[in-house]
Amino acid sequence: MAESRLAARKDAPALRVVLRYAAICAVALALFAAVLLVAGKDPLKAYADTFRSTLSSAYGLSELLVRMTPLLLTAVAVALPSRLGLINVGGEGQLYMGAWLATAGVLLFPAWPRWLLLPFAALLGFLGGALWAAIPGVLRAARLVNETIATLLLNYVAPLIISYSIFGPWRAEGSSAYPQSPAFPEAAQLPTFFDTRIHAGFLLALVALLAYWLLLEKTRWGVDMRAIGGNPEAAQRLGIPVATWVVVALAIGGGFAGLAGMGEVMGVHGRLRQSLSPGFGFTGFLISWLAGGRPLGILFMAFLLAIITSAGDTLQITQGLPYAVVNILLALILFLVLARQPLRGGAK
Amino acid sequence: MSTTLMLGVLAGAILSGTSLLYATLGETIVERSGLVNLGLEGILLIGASVGFSVTAVTGNAWLGLGAAAAAGCLANLLFGWLVVTRKANQLASGLALMFFGFGVSALVGAPHVGAVIVGLPKWRPAWLGAQSWVQATTLFNYDLLTWLAIPAALLVWWCLFRTRWGLGVRAVGESPGAAFASGRNPAALQFQALSAGGLLGGLAGAHLSLSLTLTWAEYMTAGRGFIAIALVIFSKWNPLRAVAGALLFGGAEALQLQLQARGSLISPFLLDMTPYLLTLLVLLAWGGARRLAAPASLGRTFYGSD
Repeated sequence: MAESRLAARKDAPALRVVLRYAAICAVALALFAAVLLVAGKDPLKAYADTFRSTLSSAYGLSELLVRMTPLLLTAVAVALPSRLGLINVGGEGQLYMGAWLATAGVLLFPAWPRWLLLPFAALLGFLGGALWAAIPGVLRAARLVNETIATLLLNYVAPLIISYSIFGPWRAEGSSAYPQSPAFPEAAQLPTFFDTRIHAGFLLALVALLAYWLLLEKTRWGVDMRAIGGNPEAAQRLGIPVATWVVVALAIGGGFAGLAGMGEVMGVHGRLRQSLSPGFGFTGFLISWLAGGRPLGILFMAFLLAIITSAGDTLQITQGLPYAVVNILLALILFLVLARQPLRGGAK
Repeated sequence: MSTTLMLGVLAGAILSGTSLLYATLGETIVERSGLVNLGLEGILLIGASVGFSVTAVTGNAWLGLGAAAAAGCLANLLFGWLVVTRKANQLASGLALMFFGFGVSALVGAPHVGAVIVGLPKWRPAWLGAQSWVQATTLFNYDLLTWLAIPAALLVWWCLFRTRWGLGVRAVGESPGAAFASGRNPAALQFQALSAGGLLGGLAGAHLSLSLTLTWAEYMTAGRGFIAIALVIFSKWNPLRAVAGALLFGGAEALQLQLQARGSLISPFLLDMTPYLLTLLVLLAWGGARRLAAPASLGRTFYGSD
């Protein structure tokens, strides 16, 4: 009796959370529909098309998983440093640098056998993102530059490095209008599953999420991280090396975003392109923030935002609107969540 | 460096520094009231696209400019509703506003991509135009916003430091509780600061599309909003110092354009990185001193005094 009451009480908030998000999404969708109507578009058709292209077929679902792959990884890239109270808005740039360094590895050693090349390039992908994120990490640890503004600024530098490379040393012959790197050899393509475009990066993303959960809940490090997030000065006095943690957390997070970039070039495009990401890094930030950094929440939100950002593609293909318009829908969801927060600074 | 290159860089610095200066001034007012608006990038984009679209439809750049200012103001009021009325987290709200700006500007600008517009009229005072060395450059050939840039900085400085209103805004930024106790209304002052900041941000965006590029392209502000936020720190929340900062960054941009136009051997993509790297460097050099100059309650939520 007592047990079932307890269970009921535990279930109620979870149900309420789901209902609350459902209500927020419904209101945001309604508001976005109004925006589309004003713009002279047909929102109902847009929503129906999005549903048809994502949830109503096995192919659509498989494409959702393809899209979730970079979203999960960039969300973990934000969630991990956020445990320390760090705000990493640089997932986009870290993704690009991961893709860049992985490409460098593939183009340097194209003749390596697959069993060696794949892990090597994946490692480089991780490293690319990690080093890129370590820059703001070091600047923050030395109390020189706030990590929010530094990660944001570096987002604008990373795509320029990609452009420099594919317009210059890595330019494939014959790619004049839209320069890109040469196609990767067979050995550098991530394996795909069940005749879909789902690639090994999706498994990596799930492993990353699991590792994040384990780190957080099951290790001594997770306790240290939470201590720093709660009160850095007290943590410092307890002997926790706060500055080191700041750099390491941002670097590991950036590494996950780098893996996302590696997955895009080696699993989806098969070469390095300028248009690697329609803002995956930013969407990953939203996912982590909406999920409060909780692993299961990240999984759920990544699925939800994969559907929502698919709406961007639908708008582009069937309604002749730029993909970027879908950012309005993302912003509306955020606005509603922010406006609904409890008035006294959340749970204390 | 040759004289023409130097004059070209100077002329370009002033022109591209203009929008940075307006954006920095706007953010300075907002931050002086204790709020951090990371959504400035979104405001600039909205200003650029609304300004361009209205100009393309009406054929009148002044109407475009006015609409951009109004749109920037409205967007900042939305931010105010979140962080002042609903007491939401400022950083997250700012980023939400950035997304909003990405989307709204793309939607508003989409029908007018590639439109040809007549931008803000530029002129050169007659007595200066008569000099032959002036005629050889684009120096002193500016639109109204550029001519008014330094007066605008002076005006913002005067408002913040020499008026009752400015004292109130700064008091709220230092300690909303104390400002409230001395009979001021922190929420009202913050909303007023946000309106002024949004207006200036809208103008800054519009200057990009109506004077500098005369086109609309998605994400065309390319991080200028974040550079402006860094400039606020660099200028220690002082509108007059912001002039120097805006010129420095305008100069970096102009130098890079001049080098590209002259067929420099350095890749244009590497040159394009300069503003962002320079911003990081500037923050590195001046970041340490910020805690002394920043408004004491910057970024904190005021829950009322009870």
